[in-house]
Amino acid sequence: MDTDLGYWIIPLAIIGGAIRVSTPFLFVSLGEALTERSGRINLGLEGTLVFGAMSGYAVAYLTGSPWLGVLAAALCGALFGLVHGVICSLPRVNDIAIGIAMMILGMGLAFYFGKPFVQPVAPDLPAISFGWWSDIPQVRAALEVNVLFLIGAGLAVLLWWMLRATRVGLTLRVVGDSTDAARAMGLRPALIRTCATAVGGAFAGVGGAYLSLYYPGSWNEGISSGQGLMAVALVIFARWNPLACFGAALLFGGAGALGPVLQSVGVSEGYYLFFAAPYVLTLGVLIATSSPKRAMTGAPGELSITK
Amino acid sequence: MTMQFGGFTALDDCSIRIAPGSFHALLGENGAGKSTLVKCMMGFYRATSGEMLVDGREARISDPKAAHALGLGMVYQHFTLVPSLTVAENLVISREDAPSVIDWRAEGADLQTFMDGMPFQVPLDQPVRALAAGEKQKLEILKQLYLGRRFLILDEPTSVLTPDEADEVLSHMRALCQKGAISVLMITHKFREVTAYADAVSVLRRGKLVGGGKVAELGHGDMAALMMGDAQLAQPAPRSGTRGVEVLELNDIKAQDRTGLKGIRIDKLRVHAGEIVGVAGISGNGQMELMEILSGQRPCQSGQIRVKGSPYSATRREAHRHNIRFLPEEPLHNACAPRMSVSDNIAFRSFDTDGGVWLSGRRMRSRATRLVDQFKVKTTSIDAPISALSGGNVQRAVLARELSGDVDLLIISNPCFGLDFSAVSEIRTRIMQARNAGAAVLILSEDLDEIMELTDRVLVMSEGTITYDAQTAEADIATIGRHMGGHL
Repeated sequence: MDTDLGYWIIPLAIIGGAIRVSTPFLFVSLGEALTERSGRINLGLEGTLVFGAMSGYAVAYLTGSPWLGVLAAALCGALFGLVHGVICSLPRVNDIAIGIAMMILGMGLAFYFGKPFVQPVAPDLPAISFGWWSDIPQVRAALEVNVLFLIGAGLAVLLWWMLRATRVGLTLRVVGDSTDAARAMGLRPALIRTCATAVGGAFAGVGGAYLSLYYPGSWNEGISSGQGLMAVALVIFARWNPLACFGAALLFGGAGALGPVLQSVGVSEGYYLFFAAPYVLTLGVLIATSSPKRAMTGAPGELSITK
Repeated sequence: MTMQFGGFTALDDCSIRIAPGSFHALLGENGAGKSTLVKCMMGFYRATSGEMLVDGREARISDPKAAHALGLGMVYQHFTLVPSLTVAENLVISREDAPSVIDWRAEGADLQTFMDGMPFQVPLDQPVRALAAGEKQKLEILKQLYLGRRFLILDEPTSVLTPDEADEVLSHMRALCQKGAISVLMITHKFREVTAYADAVSVLRRGKLVGGGKVAELGHGDMAALMMGDAQLAQPAPRSGTRGVEVLELNDIKAQDRTGLKGIRIDKLRVHAGEIVGVAGISGNGQMELMEILSGQRPCQSGQIRVKGSPYSATRREAHRHNIRFLPEEPLHNACAPRMSVSDNIAFRSFDTDGGVWLSGRRMRSRATRLVDQFKVKTTSIDAPISALSGGNVQRAVLARELSGDVDLLIISNPCFGLDFSAVSEIRTRIMQARNAGAAVLILSEDLDEIMELTDRVLVMSEGTITYDAQTAEADIATIGRHMGGHL
C-alpha cells in the first residue's frame, strides 16, 4: 500500500490536529463563556489549566485510572473558580487583577506539587478510532478521536440549549446583562457569579487533564502554551455563544497544528513562524473584532471590559 | 410611617390611604421622601416606625418578596428589563415559578393569550434592546400584570415617554383601575398627569405629608403651593439683545450611531450669536451622538462643521480659539475627573494656556476660590475630590469653569437632569445670562418644558435626523410631541 500522500497530508494533518489540539481550547473557552455570561472575567483559567493538568496526571498515576484523574482535575478547577468567585464578590475587588493573581498562583502551586510526577508515566485517556474504514495510517491517525473531545462537543450543545431554554440559563443571562434587573427579581448576583466561575473553573481543569493525560500526554512545566489565555480571546471571537466556541476552538486547534505539520512534510525553513499561527490568529481576531465606534453586540452588559 | 437614616429623617410620620381601584398620585420635589415611602412599602427599607395595612390586615414586609406575595408590584423609573433577552424571555424569567426547563412552544402560546387580553401589545420575540422607550415602559407594566400584581407603584413612569405615549400608557392604566383590576400609586411631579388621570393626590415636602385630597377639588395652584412651600425660585433672566451673526454651522453631517446599525444625518443646523437653539427628542434618537460629534468624540463620515465661518474639527486648540464651551450630560462622568479636587477640575479649561511649562498652584487655587464663591458651589474645601459633591454642585462647578471668560458658543446636553428645583432654576438663569451676553447656545434636552422655557428656536431630533424646526414662540407642543414620537 502506498502511504505517500504528498502534500495531501497537510489538510489531513490539520484536521487531525484540529481535533487533537482543540480540546483544551474547547473546555477552557466553554468555561470562560459560562463565567463571562454571568458578568465576570476569569483570567486565571491558564493557572487552573496547568493545575488541572498536574492534579489529573498525579491522581491518574496514583490510582491507575485516567478518569479519576479527570475528576480530580475538575474538582481542583472548581476550587480555583470558587476562590476567584468568592474574592471577587467582596466589595471593590477587580476581577481582572484577581484573575492574574490566580493564574500565577495556579501555575506556581502546580509546579511545586508536580515535581515528583515529571518522571512517572500515568495511563492515557482512551480514544475512539473513527478511521477503521481506511487503510491509510495517516487517515487512521487523524481520526483517532479522544472521548473528552466528544464530551466537549456535547457540552457545547448542552450549554447552548441551557442558556436558551432553562431557568438556570436565563437566570445566568439576566445576572450577566443587568445587575439591577437581577436584584429587582430577587436574585443574588454575587452568588450566581461565584457558582458560574466555579463551574467554569471545573471545565478548565478538565481541559488541563486532557493535556497531561492524552495530548501531549505527559506532565512537565511547559505543558501549556497559553491555551488558557487564548481561550479568553476565543470567547470574544465566538461572541459568548457556546456553539461558536466549538467552531473557534477547532479553528485555533487547526492553526496550532500548522507548525508541526509543515515540519513533518519536510519544510525545513520558516516553520517556526507557523508555530506562532495561533498567537497571530489571536491578535488578528482581536484587531478584526474591535471597533472604536460601536459597542460590542452580544457582549454581556455587566462585563468589566465592555462597560 | 417614619424612616430615619442616622440623624436624618427622610420620612416623618406619613399616613396615606389608597382605596381599591383608585389611581393615587404622590407629588413632591426631589428629595421630598417619595422614593423612601415606596421603598418602605416594597420592603427595600424597613421603616423606623409605623405600619402598613393591606386589605385591612396588618402586613409585615421584610423584603420585596413578601411585598410581591401580597400582590404589590413596582415599576421603576429606570428599566429593570434585561436588554439582551427577548420580551418573552424577560416575562418568563421574572416569574417566581419559572419552570426549570422551559417549553417555549407552550409558554409562547400562554403569553400570546395573556397579551391578547391586555389593552396594549408588545412584540414577544423582539429583544428588549430593540424596543422604544415607550414600549419598554409598557412592557414593565405588562410584566407586573403578568405576575398577577394588583397594586402597582409607578415611579415617574412618563419621564422617558413622549407626551402622546405618556397619555396612551396612563389612560390604559386608568381604564384598568376603573375596571377594578388594579389600584395604582404613581410618583410624579407633573401636574398635568395628576389632573388628567389621578383620582386622589398626596403631597410630600421634606419628608412630611403636607396635604392632599380629591384631585377634582384641587387646582394646579394649590398643588404647586403645597409642593414648593414658601421657597422662592429665581425667575429665568429676561431675554434681551438681538440675534447676531451665525456662529455654529453644520452641513450634511453623516455619522454612525452608538450601535453602528443606524446613521446620524444632519443636513443643516445653524446657531446664531445671542440665541438659544434647543434640540428636543426622546433619548436614543441621536442627541448623544450629535453631542459627541460636536465635542470631537465621534468621527464624521462626511459633512462639515464650521465655527464663525472657518472649518472646525473639534480640537482643543480650536475650541480655545473660538471660545467654545461644553456642558455635557452627567457632568461628573463626562466633564470631570471624579477623584481630582474641585480646584483641579476647575482648572481644566485653562491650565495649559496661562503660564508656561510649570503650573501655578497658587493661581489655580485663587481662581477656584473665586469661582466657587461666585457660583455658590457648596463644598467642604476646594481640595475635596469633586465626586464628593452633590449633583447640583458638580453641575455648578462645571458651569463655573465653562462660563468664566468670554463665551462665544456654548453646547449643552441635559443640564438639569436629576437636579432639584433651586439648582435647576439657577442653572437656567446662568444659561440665559450667557445668551444675553451674546453667546450662541445649543442645548440638547429630553425635558420639553426646559426647551420651551429657555429656547428661542426649537428643533426636534428623531431617528438621527432633525425633523422639525420652528421659532419657540410659534411652536405647538402637540406638533413637537408628534415629531418626537416619529408619528408625522
